Amino acid sequence: MATKATKFKDTDIQSIIGWVLRLGVLVSMAVVAIGGVIYLYRHGSEHIDYHEFKGVPEFVHTLSGIFHGIITGRGRAIIQAGIILLIATPIIRIIFSAIGFIIEKDYLYVGITLLVLLIIVIGMLSGHAG
Amino acid sequence: MSVLVLTLIILVGSYCAGLLGSLTGLGGGVVIIPLLTIGLGVNIHYAIGASLVSVIATSSGSAAAYVREGITNMRIGMFLEIATTAGALIGAMLSLLIHAPVIAVIFGVILIFSAIMSLRKKDTTVLQTESPLAQKLKLNGTYPTPDGEVKYGVRKVGGGFFMMLFAGIISGLLGIGSGSLKVVAMDSIMRIPFKVSTTTSNFMIGVTAAASAVVYLQRGYIEPGLAMPVVIGVLLGALTGSKILVHSTSSGWLRWVFAVIVTILAVQMIYNGITGKI
Repeated sequence: MATKATKFKDTDIQSIIGWVLRLGVLVSMAVVAIGGVIYLYRHGSEHIDYHEFKGVPEFVHTLSGIFHGIITGRGRAIIQAGIILLIATPIIRIIFSAIGFIIEKDYLYVGITLLVLLIIVIGMLSGHAG
Repeated sequence: MSVLVLTLIILVGSYCAGLLGSLTGLGGGVVIIPLLTIGLGVNIHYAIGASLVSVIATSSGSAAAYVREGITNMRIGMFLEIATTAGALIGAMLSLLIHAPVIAVIFGVILIFSAIMSLRKKDTTVLQTESPLAQKLKLNGTYPTPDGEVKYGVRKVGGGFFMMLFAGIISGLLGIGSGSLKVVAMDSIMRIPFKVSTTTSNFMIGVTAAASAVVYLQRGYIEPGLAMPVVIGVLLGALTGSKILVHSTSSGWLRWVFAVIVTILAVQMIYNGITGKI
């Protein structure tokens, strides 16, 4: 295994990252589509208007709300779960980039990658307060 | 309007936006936001949230293909993502303070700028000298061509970094990829070869959009009922666009037609912003 690690190149991690991105988009789009079909089946004939900004209902806003919504088969909760998976895809990509730089022993770029992750985590935490 | 009818209209409109965005290289977001706000009377905050989600989907989908070809410069991307993600957070914060009509006007101005940029002639010279900072950060690289590997150098790292910070702010504020601003930073300032800069910029757009999307998600800007047809439509449109692009190099007059359409949308956004209709 040691020889394999030393032979690990930029191109190896690039193909893994390409694979992560593709899988993330495919899975999240499938979840969004399933949720969309359920949502249209249940609410398709209702009247809708997005002119006023009212935020979003609780069952698609909090993680516990979304989780409960999925269990009870609510379409929009499933769509929102798919969207969260999609948003997570580039973030997971950063984690794989960090692993790649660790394997290459490029600690300058391990630091840069972790800094980018930190900025996104700050966004996650600050959003709650806002 | 009923949910089913509105969803179908948005789906078709988003498909066209994704197709147009892919053919012009402007991205789907710049077309989808005027369509939703002016065309369908959707609140601009919901439009921005839905657009941002579609930007992540198209960027990640096409980045997956480019990364495997080895053209994307991962180090340039990672280094500049510090600037774009920080900018995206600032932009998402600013959107709380700036009123919707002002956001519409800023959007229009950026749209006109993007249209002009899409008509620009590409400089194909490859820089061979390297700046000391670029060397320290290992930004210089090579990319594959039919004639073998081509080496390139990078200059003005600081200037490019600041331009990327601005691109990030605009992306976070308006919910677009702001690819045209990223290209300014990489092509005109840092002199990265066109092929490398477009793929690397595309690679960065997903992360940048994700940084502001985590903020928007918690603020309730991302309405799943609206985002669902937008993200599916834009992604399918962009896929179709990339298939067309492979077979034909988009001709000069086609670019002009797109630029005119985008400029009309831009003027409408500015007009609606000034008259307070958004």
